[in-house]
Amino acid sequence: MSPDTTPGPVRPGTLRKIRIWWGGWPKGQLAFLAIFALLTVLLIHNVVDTMARIGIMPGFTFLYSSANFEIGESVIPFQAGDSYLRAIFAGLLNTLKVSLLGCGLATVFGVAIGVAGLSSNLLLSKLIRCYVEVIRNTPLLLQLFFWISLAKALPAPRQATLLLGSVFLTNRGVYLPSLWLEGGALGLAGSLVAGAAAIAALLIIAQRIRPLNRRTATVIVVATLVTTIVAVAISGARPVVELPALSGFNIRGGLNLSPEFAALLTGLVVKFAALIAEIVRAGIQSVGAGQWEAARALGLHNGHIIRLIVLPQALRVITPLTTSSYLDLTKDSSLAVAIGFPDLVSIINTTANTTGQSMEALMILIGTFLTINISLSALMNTYNSRMAMRGMSR
Amino acid sequence: MNTSSRPRSLRGRAGRLSSRLWQGLFGTRYNTIVTIVIAFLLGQIVLPLIRWAVLDATFTGTSDACARDGACWAFVGAKLRFILFAFYPPELQWRPLLVIVALAALLVASAVPRFWGWKLLAAWPASVAFCWLLLEGAFTATPIPSNQWGGLPVTLFVWAVCFAAATPIAVLLALGRRSRLGGLRTFSIAYIEAMRGTPMVGILYIAMLIVPMALPESLSVDKMLRAMIMITLFWSAYIAEVIRAGLQAIPRGQAEAATALGLSYWRVQQLIVLPQALRIVIPGMVNLAIGFLLATSLLAVIGIFDLLNAARASAADPVWLGFYNEAYLVVATVYFAICFGASRYSRWLEQRLAEGMRR
Repeated sequence: MSPDTTPGPVRPGTLRKIRIWWGGWPKGQLAFLAIFALLTVLLIHNVVDTMARIGIMPGFTFLYSSANFEIGESVIPFQAGDSYLRAIFAGLLNTLKVSLLGCGLATVFGVAIGVAGLSSNLLLSKLIRCYVEVIRNTPLLLQLFFWISLAKALPAPRQATLLLGSVFLTNRGVYLPSLWLEGGALGLAGSLVAGAAAIAALLIIAQRIRPLNRRTATVIVVATLVTTIVAVAISGARPVVELPALSGFNIRGGLNLSPEFAALLTGLVVKFAALIAEIVRAGIQSVGAGQWEAARALGLHNGHIIRLIVLPQALRVITPLTTSSYLDLTKDSSLAVAIGFPDLVSIINTTANTTGQSMEALMILIGTFLTINISLSALMNTYNSRMAMRGMSR
Repeated sequence: MNTSSRPRSLRGRAGRLSSRLWQGLFGTRYNTIVTIVIAFLLGQIVLPLIRWAVLDATFTGTSDACARDGACWAFVGAKLRFILFAFYPPELQWRPLLVIVALAALLVASAVPRFWGWKLLAAWPASVAFCWLLLEGAFTATPIPSNQWGGLPVTLFVWAVCFAAATPIAVLLALGRRSRLGGLRTFSIAYIEAMRGTPMVGILYIAMLIVPMALPESLSVDKMLRAMIMITLFWSAYIAEVIRAGLQAIPRGQAEAATALGLSYWRVQQLIVLPQALRIVIPGMVNLAIGFLLATSLLAVIGIFDLLNAARASAADPVWLGFYNEAYLVVATVYFAICFGASRYSRWLEQRLAEGMRR
């Protein structure tokens, strides 16, 4: 130790810090980890051996060879002969598409159903309880089988069931009116980026100045809308609404969701809306009745009580649970493989079967899901700790 | 809220109930409107459903009798054996039936707090071994390979075995995650997070595709056992997280006090921490078990004939083709009965344990 002029205990060095962190029983731990690592190496060695015996080269080069299968539907164009890498990417995009839409819709319906479940109307609240119990106590796979058989049993396009004037339910999928911007894809992308940037910038500024209130929120929304509209106008794109319509034996125009996609999305939304409804109910009920009464006694009206008293406290219960619901939804979207929607798992399975590179394919699968899960939960944890702290400091 | 529009002549419990019902349905103008709208919408769904399930339904006869639009309950009568036992040899049907009875008895016994103790703990591996021998066809000339097992016994068996086997691993993982040993803690965290981040379908694919390649050639393990091993490892991560919550609820001072008395780490855990922590987490474990029972239906993805897959296969019979809705309704009822019962039980238990705490 070098002589230290400042009084007080010497700070531990790096090695010492590691030793403290590693804790007691150092050799035992090391031995345990070594045995585990050895076992893993042995198993992987066995796999590689088996692969060599059936004539498959381990490694990821197969990703660049051409995949000789079609994908039923895909966000990016894909045809047989494209590389496996592209196929897997297409599958990933399908998974993300159904998960994101599912999370959004499940949240909207779940919150609505959860709040409606607290209604004083007996029929409404009992009906919602029945729905929640039935959905929670039957397997998701069974529900998906039911939805897909329902989707396949819908009438042919000519006799399609029509909802709300322009939503067609047919055995070839669901047709919805579509809204998109025509002309200048670059302009569209640019306007979206501009809009997002405006939101981000204003949010940051607003956070710096004072906590978000209604006026700043309005300013942010209006500014974002104006930025987006101006960007769209400059780029020369114009919005087009297209309604699906019957022509001949098929329906043309609009947005077509395949039966598999529609069934998967419906199944996930129905299931997770029920779970989120339960979470919302529990969250709101966790705020004691005394708080409502006290707020009323102070002269606040219902809207203010919910916004200022109940929601900030309920959200602290709701947020972490909803986050784990989102993660579960993303994982459960993998059941797509059982009803024939080409999601990531389904394409990984096809890849493993056609190339024999099952270890690599599954490594990609697990790596992808871990990345999605860990990044999403990290994001939500950050948000969550902010919510909790803001609640504490007040 | 207190303005009851019911006549006062109604007295007693029935009167109070009906007045509450009246209040809840038609108490205010808003309530009346909501009730009428919902009743109308409900009628749109329920009336055709009753028509399908009862009025237009066929209850007996062969598949030819089921030509009408309604449900075909004759199908259920004819295929119930297959839905419950799948491809198990019909003449040995008493075996899976006995397995169902044994596992049901075990589960019911486990649900009674009075029986909680070492005997029950020992009964679990014993019953599981008994069921395994029974299904495998022990004591008879011809062993029955596991690819002929199916239906409800498989669902219950996989569920019970994997849950029971995963729990001890989960206790170790939970202790590891909370221990002061950095190496073990990191290992536990990595294991738990990796398992929880992977979808169960992926785990089943590993069991089906990778495990046979990873094991030496001489060692061939059948698909059912491989799936069960991987599911056990998978579920242990989930159970570990629930147990960790229980461990966190025990004040650190207790373990410190016990250590100060000279008890070793394992004695402290065994005598002080775990008995309290495990008691706290029982309702959480029951909820987890419900989720696991529902998750066993994923075995269908790798071609094991559990209850759900057996039901699906029953409607693929050329003689009784396409009665999927009836088959799904039957298994949905079975799943619902078990899980709803279990969730009610969990709520009851939670209240009981809370009372015990308060005393």
